[in-house]
Amino acid sequence: MREACDLVVIGAGPGGLAAASIAAEAGLSVLVLDQQSQPGGQVWRGEARKRENRLARRWLDRFAASGARFRPGARVVAAPEPGLLLVEEGSASVAVRYGRAVLATGARERFLPFPGWTLPGVLGVSGLQVLVKDGLPVRGKRVVLAGTGPLLLAAAATLQRHGAEVLFLAEQAPAARHWGFALQLWRHPGKLLQGAALAAGLVSVPTSTDAWVLAAEGEARVERVRLSVRGHEETLSCDYLGASYGLVPNLELAKLLGCEVASGAVVVDERLETRVKGVHAVGELLGIGGVDQALVTGELVGHVVAGKPVSSELERAWRAVRTFAELLARHDAPRDELRRLATPQTLVCRCEDVPLQALEGCRDLREARLYARLGMGACQGRTCGAAVETLFGWSGEDVRPPCLPARIGSLRLPSPSPHTRAS
Amino acid sequence: MSASKSTPPEVVTLRVNGRVVTVPVGTTVAAALGAEGVPVSRVDLGGRPRGPVCGMGVCFECRATVDGVPDVLTCLAPCREGQEVVTDA
Repeated sequence: MREACDLVVIGAGPGGLAAASIAAEAGLSVLVLDQQSQPGGQVWRGEARKRENRLARRWLDRFAASGARFRPGARVVAAPEPGLLLVEEGSASVAVRYGRAVLATGARERFLPFPGWTLPGVLGVSGLQVLVKDGLPVRGKRVVLAGTGPLLLAAAATLQRHGAEVLFLAEQAPAARHWGFALQLWRHPGKLLQGAALAAGLVSVPTSTDAWVLAAEGEARVERVRLSVRGHEETLSCDYLGASYGLVPNLELAKLLGCEVASGAVVVDERLETRVKGVHAVGELLGIGGVDQALVTGELVGHVVAGKPVSSELERAWRAVRTFAELLARHDAPRDELRRLATPQTLVCRCEDVPLQALEGCRDLREARLYARLGMGACQGRTCGAAVETLFGWSGEDVRPPCLPARIGSLRLPSPSPHTRAS
Repeated sequence: MSASKSTPPEVVTLRVNGRVVTVPVGTTVAAALGAEGVPVSRVDLGGRPRGPVCGMGVCFECRATVDGVPDVLTCLAPCREGQEVVTDA
């Protein structure tokens, strides 16, 4: 199957939706690809159906009316030449020709290995939140959450709303860093209100800074968790453990397209154009900044690709968001203790069952791949990549196609259409 | 839109490893795997059970066979009426 468009947007979260809506309203033919079955991304997951979040509803309605086309369940697996993406959709394959591209691939959680982290019932903090939003029943279940930053509160609030008993919130940040961050929030009134609303609902949940998971224990599933809480060890029996430490951008597609990446973020100019001409990046790809950054940058790039002037208000909003993002990055930076939790037997790569001890003597990611098969499995290093970057400082390599497990048929170049055949 | 006042069905019924599971519309297959306990989707290379971790199509731990298609990321797959889900755990 073949598709063509002026603008392809990869990712239908807030950033992608804003860019796509504005470009489509200006008359461009816009195609939006997303892995999920409905638009909204992770932050507005399920909102297309539930319609509880006013901001999400506004953008989802605007997107639906904009004329942009949405392709659900679409995964980009290769980019064999400029202006061409090879996409898998369920059991079908699609070749997408585009003029410009907006990368809005968002972020994922940073997972750091600890003993027992592969037990069923141990998930990411947002991973558990997402599964509960998607229908996992947790009424009456005992849950421990360990992580960092505002996502920890957001996940706790969702779990409580679905009837879970949140036993404990472990915030890894030291008390001074955490409260320093909280005090800075007055500069960001929107964030302050969100935080206060969340915290007000959580007064009954024991919370501690300087706290993190030492190990998850159980036979076939998690049964209890050992925590370090301000220097003391505590054990809690639980049904679920959410443990992850902040977010990292999903950079695979940007790297596949040849965009420059520096300090863990895609390098862009003031028009949010990457070093690859005609390819723009928005949202978390510019550094973790949340839904506000996604919307502001999505709107900005929407105006740029539509050839419309960018208001100074948008530019100001973006600068404000960046200040918040820098605060967040300082707050969420994983503490050193988290790098020393894995024992020699603890698996680091979950796909290929690679224990920490197998990485002994490896000097970089390449050697870890060659000698220990780290990152060679189904997820292609998406989970262990951020872990070994934090553990050993090994930074990600270039991405080679296919960037996801794909069928051979999806990697075949489409035959050229008659009018483009070389003369 | 039909003028009928009858509400659409609010649940779907699928089978997980032959077991009948009824879940609310909008539930993903990964969430349905945990309908009666902690979700388990596969076994690792050593035969130990594994379940979903990221819930958003990144970790690939939730993969299972859905309607005969192997290695489907169940966290991205909505439950559908009559769906057959087979895990290897």
